[in-house]
Amino acid sequence: MLDFLLDPMAYGFMQRGLVAAIMVGVVCAVMGAFVVLRGLAFIGDAVSHAAFPGLVIAYMLGIPLYIGAAVAAVGTSLAIGAVAKRGALRFDTAVGVLFAGTFAFGILLFSTIEGFVSDLFSYLLGNVLGITFADIVQVAVLGLIVLAIVAVLRKELLYASFDPAGAAASGLPVQTLDYLLLGLVGVTIVVSIQAVGIIMVVAMLVTPAATGQLLVDRFWDLVKVAIAVSLVAAISGLYLSFYLNVASGASIVLVETLIFGIALVLSPKTGWLGRRRRARASIAAQPPAA
Amino acid sequence: MTAAVTDGKAVTARSVAVAVQLTGVSAGYGHRVALADVTLSIPTGSLLAVIGPNGAGKSTLLKAIAGLLRPFSGTIDVLDGPPGREARRIAYVPQAEVVDWAFPVTVGDVVMMGRVPLIGVGRSAGSADRAAVAAALDTVGMAHAVRRQVGALSGGQRRRVFLARAIAARPDLYLLDEPVTGVDATTQEDLMDVLEAEARAGRTVVATTHDLACASQRFHQAAFVSGRIVATGPANIVLDPELLAATYGGHVIVLPAGERTVIDDAHHHDEPPPGERHFHDGSA
Repeated sequence: MLDFLLDPMAYGFMQRGLVAAIMVGVVCAVMGAFVVLRGLAFIGDAVSHAAFPGLVIAYMLGIPLYIGAAVAAVGTSLAIGAVAKRGALRFDTAVGVLFAGTFAFGILLFSTIEGFVSDLFSYLLGNVLGITFADIVQVAVLGLIVLAIVAVLRKELLYASFDPAGAAASGLPVQTLDYLLLGLVGVTIVVSIQAVGIIMVVAMLVTPAATGQLLVDRFWDLVKVAIAVSLVAAISGLYLSFYLNVASGASIVLVETLIFGIALVLSPKTGWLGRRRRARASIAAQPPAA
Repeated sequence: MTAAVTDGKAVTARSVAVAVQLTGVSAGYGHRVALADVTLSIPTGSLLAVIGPNGAGKSTLLKAIAGLLRPFSGTIDVLDGPPGREARRIAYVPQAEVVDWAFPVTVGDVVMMGRVPLIGVGRSAGSADRAAVAAALDTVGMAHAVRRQVGALSGGQRRRVFLARAIAARPDLYLLDEPVTGVDATTQEDLMDVLEAEARAGRTVVATTHDLACASQRFHQAAFVSGRIVATGPANIVLDPELLAATYGGHVIVLPAGERTVIDDAHHHDEPPPGERHFHDGSA
């Protein structure tokens, strides 16, 4: 058993992959709680796809890929926020247009590059096992900045998420907090893309937090559950990937989805077990028939 | 003491402290004007009911005072400053419909939000904040529910909790959107008792309501709103048939006892049932 756990760690790529997957998982879990409760899941998906043209352009210009991704992702995030404030179109419509358009632009540029570009493919599908030490430092620095900002503004972000009008009337800069949140989501996505890829990064954000929402009643408990789910999925997903020789990002996402499914069944709120318990409780609460 | 404003002419003596002063204010959303040319002064210590039909601009008025909506024109003075400057002295409670009740927060969490601007960025709640939360929950009779998720509460309990959040902020001005709509009679009485006590303590309470009986019996002042200010005065003007007709445009039935007033948004009939007086567009 111990060998089963230790053997993979003899490889440097597994050590780096595990560290990266854990860091990405924690940051995604925390930001995912806001994404889920603010209804930003679709935006997350759009922003991650919008990062693609940024990556391709950076590749063509020969500058670090993550800088291209960061500019495109954060820029799109803020642009979506600005479109939302105008309110001429339905929000999801505007996001859908931007989403497909930016990704198509990325694919178009991609198709002009001669030959096979494995670097860019790993961004599409994710390859946490291909991560370098320099990448890890990058993930750590950006992740810590995101977590530090959330920690300092935790009360304000929660109030502005739950009741924006009440928070704004009491003097909180709700609009600024909204843009900040979108910017942080953009940075989180950039940090995560290398681990799980553009297509699956939204799962890293949404699934752990959604699992938490099924199980607990308080925001910060939800964040703790989401972090736990992310950690379990990151570790077991990597081992699955190692022993079954399957894609690492997909393994992590599938483990998260599996945990979500179990929570859905067992949840005290929505699951059939909970429903049975509630039914029994309501029968017990009835006064006995006279 | 009742400072009334009638059709734009302020009759308030300047010796009475004014909590909110609107002068020639027009406001709305996008290009749509919801409220036109409002001049209104609300003295400190008022318990003011803002009444009018759906879409009359009641919520718009509250949002403009709260600084959530920039008016198209006119000036607003709130607690001797422009809207927003004295935000920490204002507690705004939105309508129940705009709140996401599935949000994972407990009753205690919600009431603590009232303290957030006072606690300050990066700091945690202290013992004074916890005491304020406990006292506010006690005031509205919800101390027993502090650990419950807000979505698990009844409509009346949710309104109690949101009022507790406002109280915990220790504001000088309450702006409450439909605080007693859709609640049971006991809750309505309890919440109005609390608001009355706050007004007696010198705080200013402005609340929108659909409930004309509650407005006439439990509030001290009333303002009729229908795209503009139709009339303001002591709360008993609420039962004035002509003002009702002017505000509601013929959708009000006043039952004979005169103490229960029912608003019917769209009713059709040939002859009113005996004993009921219907007011249609001021023709009654």
